[in-house]
Amino acid sequence: MKLPASPPRPLELFLGFLKIGLLGFGGVAASARHVIVEERKWLDNKDYAEVLGLGQILPGANTVNAAVMIGDRFCGIPGAAASVSGLLAMPICILIGLAILYERYAALPDVALALQGAAAAAAGLAMGTALKMGKQLKRSMGGLVFGLIAFAAIGLLHLPLAPTVFVVAPLSVLAAYWESRHG
Amino acid sequence: MDEPMIWQLVRRFALVSVLAFGGANAATPEIHRFVVDQLGWMNNSVFANLYAIAQAAPGPNVMFISIIGWHMAGLSGLIAATLAMNVPSSILAFGIGRVVAGMSASRWVTILRAGLAPIAVALLLANGVVMASAAYQTLLDGALTLLAALFVFYSRNNPLWALLAAVILRVGVAHLTA
Repeated sequence: MKLPASPPRPLELFLGFLKIGLLGFGGVAASARHVIVEERKWLDNKDYAEVLGLGQILPGANTVNAAVMIGDRFCGIPGAAASVSGLLAMPICILIGLAILYERYAALPDVALALQGAAAAAAGLAMGTALKMGKQLKRSMGGLVFGLIAFAAIGLLHLPLAPTVFVVAPLSVLAAYWESRHG
Repeated sequence: MDEPMIWQLVRRFALVSVLAFGGANAATPEIHRFVVDQLGWMNNSVFANLYAIAQAAPGPNVMFISIIGWHMAGLSGLIAATLAMNVPSSILAFGIGRVVAGMSASRWVTILRAGLAPIAVALLLANGVVMASAAYQTLLDGALTLLAALFVFYSRNNPLWALLAAVILRVGVAHLTA
């Protein structure tokens, strides 16, 4: 892990993540990479991929996890807090504006139709993104079996998340461990 | 059920926070399960609308949890939901990040990733199915869901184009058939 010549201070982290939050239409991953690696040169490609990869394995919002770890790496707890609040500040303000508009105009027929179309498409985006990610996964028997069980439990049977994850995640990791030894 | 609503939100979202492998969208079916099915705080249509608004707005997907909080209890609901969803997972990321800094190529991180990535993808696919059924009102909605899924799967363009096209189509078709 190399640190840049002049590591960012909490304020710079806050401002950098403020920009990431504002640019990130339809997900933050692309804008985060652009600002962190290319523009500010806080991390090189390899380190960024490493932090992001770790953020994706951990539960919770991936980009928030990455912001915590990047902020901590440069300035400890203040850095982590500055990064996360920078990331969320502008989107939250915009969202409040949209929510107020929604509550005021949702009853208008055309607005209701527009939202209906957006909701149907947003569901499709979620599906398409998941399928795309699935295509890129390394083929593994355990992954396929436990992925299907998790999908059926949550997507089809509407079981609670906690017991599902507590049962399926450890088994899936065990299967991955077994496959790594006998693969 | 005498527990104040905000406290319930916090309790549930804090648990979801540390279970959401695959990010905020992986948690959406669970949130749907208790906000719509169990507690009846909002109907399918409102839930699907808020999800669409959060997707169209800039920022991370976790914004959806914030807008649910706002819809339930205004600013205090938004703050409570946002903190509950992000603080537990952030503390975990903070601790794990310090422990494994620079060890991401190690064998056990690779094994963890191999085991957890399929679960994350499965939860995200479940999210797509749950949201599709929440948004489904007419055959046209089903077609828009399918088209958007195909667009994302086969094209590298910004997915928001599919969202915009669906909005125009949905409003246009209604006017043409009126």
